[in-house]
Amino acid sequence: MSKEKINKMESTCVPLPVENVDTDQIIPARFLTATTREGFGENLFRDWRYLADGYVNKTFILNNPEYSGKVLVTGKNFGCGSSREHAVWAIYDYGFRVVISSFFADIFMNNAINNGLLTIKIPEHSVQNLIHLIQKDPQTKVRLNLEAQTLEIVATGEIVRFEINRYKKECLINGFNDIDYLINMKEKIVDYETRKRVHDENRNYGYDFEGW
Amino acid sequence: MKAKTLFDKIWDNHVVYSIEDGPDVIYIDQHYIHEVTSPQAFSGLDERGIPVFRPSQTLATADHNIPTKDQHLQIKDELSRIQVEKLTENCRKHNIKLFGLNNPNNGIVHVIGPELGYTRPGMTIVCGDSHTSTHGAFGTIAFGIGTSEVEMVLATQCVLQTKPKTMRITINGNLNKGVTSKDIIMYIISKLSSGGATGYFVEYCGTAIEKLSMEARMTICNMTIEMGARGGLIAPDEITFDYLKGRPEILNQSDWESTLTQWKNLKSDPGVKFDHEITILTSEIKPMITFGTNPGMAIPVSGFIPQSGGQDDKDDASFIKSLDYMGFKPGEKISGHKVDYVFLGSCTNGRIEDFRAFASIVKGRKKAPGIIALLVPGSRMVEEQVKKEGLLEIFNDAGFELRQPGCSSCLAMNEDKIPAGKYAVSTSNRNFEGRQGPGSRTLLASPLTAAAAAISGKITDPTEFMNN
Repeated sequence: MSKEKINKMESTCVPLPVENVDTDQIIPARFLTATTREGFGENLFRDWRYLADGYVNKTFILNNPEYSGKVLVTGKNFGCGSSREHAVWAIYDYGFRVVISSFFADIFMNNAINNGLLTIKIPEHSVQNLIHLIQKDPQTKVRLNLEAQTLEIVATGEIVRFEINRYKKECLINGFNDIDYLINMKEKIVDYETRKRVHDENRNYGYDFEGW
Repeated sequence: MKAKTLFDKIWDNHVVYSIEDGPDVIYIDQHYIHEVTSPQAFSGLDERGIPVFRPSQTLATADHNIPTKDQHLQIKDELSRIQVEKLTENCRKHNIKLFGLNNPNNGIVHVIGPELGYTRPGMTIVCGDSHTSTHGAFGTIAFGIGTSEVEMVLATQCVLQTKPKTMRITINGNLNKGVTSKDIIMYIISKLSSGGATGYFVEYCGTAIEKLSMEARMTICNMTIEMGARGGLIAPDEITFDYLKGRPEILNQSDWESTLTQWKNLKSDPGVKFDHEITILTSEIKPMITFGTNPGMAIPVSGFIPQSGGQDDKDDASFIKSLDYMGFKPGEKISGHKVDYVFLGSCTNGRIEDFRAFASIVKGRKKAPGIIALLVPGSRMVEEQVKKEGLLEIFNDAGFELRQPGCSSCLAMNEDKIPAGKYAVSTSNRNFEGRQGPGSRTLLASPLTAAAAAISGKITDPTEFMNN
């Protein structure tokens, strides 16, 4: 999947005020048999979007034509459970570029950043407030400035600051990948292996536990 | 020298490079892969035209989507078959050792790694599976990663990780009757909630932990991810060393004694400060069961479903949504509720001890009419052991059959699905909506509680079937 750069953006939002949304809900396991990264958006939140008989679940937010946008605003502990990166591929493929919550599961957050999906952590009351505004007016827009680490609610002018480490911010803004960074670090990795005697004939035992 | 936690010692020993205001480059000693989260990683390597950097440090197995019956035949589901074939092809191409279907060492990745001796104290271990935390039972830093990170490990034997905070959970005392390590970890998760340890790496210790077998310790570390922690670990001791001695991969090595000397240093320094400390007395812990749709929603089997989600807000929408899904009412007693399915297996409770525990209850009794039971060993080695110890006869006499190893009904990627609306007492690790099949209702519990349900046909405190 090609990764878009992300920095400044303005968009309407989709509210999903559910806590502990696990990756089995985001993409159920029965859709994990694919061997490519494409096309998962079709099955994003599959069992919430469709009823057991296959009909569209009209009460689910993604099926409500009033709501659209590149930003998903949701309850705490989003992305918990399985490490499946397919969850991020599905969210991205569906068209979201930003997910806002009061906190995310660790593995999900790593997977997101590796695919150019920005996870924004803001205080619980700010999440609630934003969800409230969107529910009242589906046209509510947020303005993202990743460089400045700010999220502005356009209608009210309220600005919420968020934290992100500099390395990850640079990666997102420039579309850099961790894997390129690591490949360029090969020399240091080989040095490490030599220093720690990882590749001695009995590496499993000869590992250098210096300083313990 | 500054006092360090065991976690810090292992982490610091594996830092290749620290990025300023960014993550650390962490060297990975052992990488495990399986068919579901690896194909896109291999495609990534192919697109870049680069080889696997250290093939001998990756081990592969097919476990997630495979059938648990007639494994000698072709896999019926076409996409699953292609995925397993892709793994075989990728392993062959990149010279990676694979214990595929029908190999005597095949099994769930988190069962075979330890039982074959690949997992060892002091290591860093990753796999594209969140339950990689299991391996922490051996005093390792082990955690789940996504497919992009699988690609990074294949390409460079490293991942970029931000160092988590440390938490110590001390569990002291003797276990109450009917309580297993599964109940201990379910109790802890119910106290901390399913996101309560997010951002932390947990070290378990205390007199209760010291007495646990390796199998039991693995169950605890396995489910540590269910409270959001990056992983959990336990300092290695004589029980760890006894378990590892003589394992196939260990026999390939020469100097056991000097290794042991190094492993014995693997512990947190006295007086070291953790970012967070919790102490638990085992007298508080009873056999546990979940009633909701995340692992934090657990109560004693003898208990009542809470009135609310534990917050002041009485109309906690997520809590109500969860009970609706399960078909339960607030304040209801959980024991006596009808059960349709029982699942014994998974990387949480698919080891030999779990089958012994299940057998201890069903021995001399009969499976309840109407109960469909899936007994799925975690590996071929476990399956063989079950037969060797005469447990299979006990199961057969009681009306149960044994299936072949795999992840099976834990995530129901294969045909081992629980039908919509049906209740399954399951020894696995997740009770999410639809986890065991669309519309399925999962009640997580220990092998003892699962056995009690299989015999009585309803949710039952296992102590009712225990004599002493």
